[in-house]
Amino acid sequence: MPGPNSSVLKRILPQLVILGVVLLLNFIVFPDFFRIEFKNGRLFGSLIDVLNRGAPTALLCVGMTLVIATKGIDLSVGAVMAIAGATAASLVVEGHGWFTALLGALAVGGLCGLWNGVLVAVIRIQPIVATLVLMVAGRGIAQLITEGTILTFNNEGLVRLGAGTVAGIPTPIVIWVALGALATFVIRRTALGLLIEAIGVNETSSRLTGINSRVILICVYVMSGLCAALAGVIVAADIKGADANNAGLWLELDAILAVVIGGNSLLGGRFSIVASLLGALIIQSVNSVILLSGMPPEFNLVIKALLILAILVIQSPKIGHLVYMFRAASGGRNIASPTRPAASPLVPNKDK
Amino acid sequence: MIRTTHLPLLVTLGTFVIAFALCAWQYPAIFSTRVAANLLTDNAFLGIAAVGMTFVILSGGIDLSIGSVIAFTGVFLAVILRDTNIHPLAAFALVLVITTAFGAAMGAVIHYLEMPAFIVTLAGMFLARGAAYVLSTDSVPITHEFFSTLQDIYWKAPSGGRFRLIGGVMLLTFIIGAIVAHRTKFGQNVFAMGGGAATARLMGVPLASTTIRIYAISGGLAGLSGIVFSLYTSAGYSLATVGVELDAIAAVVIGGTLLTGGYGFVAGTFFGILIMGLIQTYIVFDGSLSSWWTKIVIGGLLFAFILLQKGLTWATRTGKRQSTGLATPS
Repeated sequence: MPGPNSSVLKRILPQLVILGVVLLLNFIVFPDFFRIEFKNGRLFGSLIDVLNRGAPTALLCVGMTLVIATKGIDLSVGAVMAIAGATAASLVVEGHGWFTALLGALAVGGLCGLWNGVLVAVIRIQPIVATLVLMVAGRGIAQLITEGTILTFNNEGLVRLGAGTVAGIPTPIVIWVALGALATFVIRRTALGLLIEAIGVNETSSRLTGINSRVILICVYVMSGLCAALAGVIVAADIKGADANNAGLWLELDAILAVVIGGNSLLGGRFSIVASLLGALIIQSVNSVILLSGMPPEFNLVIKALLILAILVIQSPKIGHLVYMFRAASGGRNIASPTRPAASPLVPNKDK
Repeated sequence: MIRTTHLPLLVTLGTFVIAFALCAWQYPAIFSTRVAANLLTDNAFLGIAAVGMTFVILSGGIDLSIGSVIAFTGVFLAVILRDTNIHPLAAFALVLVITTAFGAAMGAVIHYLEMPAFIVTLAGMFLARGAAYVLSTDSVPITHEFFSTLQDIYWKAPSGGRFRLIGGVMLLTFIIGAIVAHRTKFGQNVFAMGGGAATARLMGVPLASTTIRIYAISGGLAGLSGIVFSLYTSAGYSLATVGVELDAIAAVVIGGTLLTGGYGFVAGTFFGILIMGLIQTYIVFDGSLSSWWTKIVIGGLLFAFILLQKGLTWATRTGKRQSTGLATPS
């Protein structure tokens, strides 16, 4: 159960430090980085841009954190974004209001999540494979909806979701902060978080203790689909058009990366949505450093890859075990929780 | 037992024959050597990469980096042939060494750091694509005359189909792959690992060297696939072959290999590739269908074959469960 505030702070401290360092780098290459102005009833500044541009990844990683906590993965979120964006755009083009469009997109996203959830929880296909089906077919479905074109629209209500402001703050920021807060609140103030963690640690034993793992698994994938749909609507609203080929392309990887940077184990179990959101901000800040420093954007992917590798080494069960042994050997201090006991030396991603 | 393990392969073969018969019934012209030759040429790079993917999936792993490695190989060849006087054959050898070492490194990370193959090869995917971007963001044409010499090698069938060199390379890769997988000790180790790493280790399978070799093969074949792709397009482009890893995985699964590892056939992957090529050919012949139907049909086929596999494993497991009397749900 979540302890007092100090333990939460301790959990997210590494992410905060990394974010601080990256923001400092931003400040070094671009001294005006922290300057925020209020113009035309709206906040402006590089920091606001980081928060705003990071919105799709941040939204995706809320759902992705929950899925990964159950030892799953959702590869289809990028494709679901494209489908949801296409749905919203086509509804608006047909003359429906922005709210109907948003609801329609959310319904479609939920349906995609339900499909993934049923494949994983009922038919018991490995999550990577189950969500791969929609990842492959999803963009085709999105193209079917847009009929192969980039559907453009000019509905003010929908555009405001991507480019508007609420009390001076860009709407995407408001949406992802609100969703993150709501998800954290619901999951930590009820037993839901504990149940999700129990499934991630050992599904069979969680079922034996009476947890209805099937329903919870399905809910988690539906949640991921809903988050992806919201992200898809924001991306479409931002460019006033639904691009079935490029909307959300490779964002599933960014979302997974954000969750991993957030210190959540890919092997399931304990998770923190706040840490994942910080991970999403770290990714966006890294993008911003690369952009502001004038380094060619080609280096973006290489830097991301090196970042993942560094985190993998830190997160590796073997390294964690070594650190644990080292600390135990140096004696004295009581170790509350090792990063991960190296209990299973086997291929860990197999769902058998 | 033998019958259930062979069933996926038989279903793949049956699907191909039925699909081909349907196509031929609607468009009799599909029965020409030209179509057959194009089927081989157009899918050569995908087929070669899919052989490597078959090994990885047979061992219970996954390799998401191959699309990026193919793109990297193409850009590397194009840049090195543009900027230096090195002979293409030497460049081929060099790039094969690089990609094989890259695959081996990923295998080593997977084994020694005990991380899921999925996330390690994801990092590899970023790294290879990033390296391709760093080399060049533009499409670099390859104008070396040796390339045109290679591209002009073909065997012309009596009715006009041109079986090109790259199609032959793919067939050769499949034959060698099938022999290695089904007739060597290494191949047996791969199958054993896919059946269960713990069991394999107790049986004396060298897990470290087998894992490293599997990913080295996958990386090396992705490199070969990149060479073939550069012969096919005469250019190297860092944005090319995005998502080829998914096509390769789809081909392997449609080819009847179990995604959990342990069962499967290299020859099945060949028919998986042919089925996917056939869908594209049908769409070209039809002329009115849009190309995105390819993705939807492949997604549907993928789903059907996963369901089939699940049904088969479920059937065998229920058999076992009844005999032991354990009610373990899984």
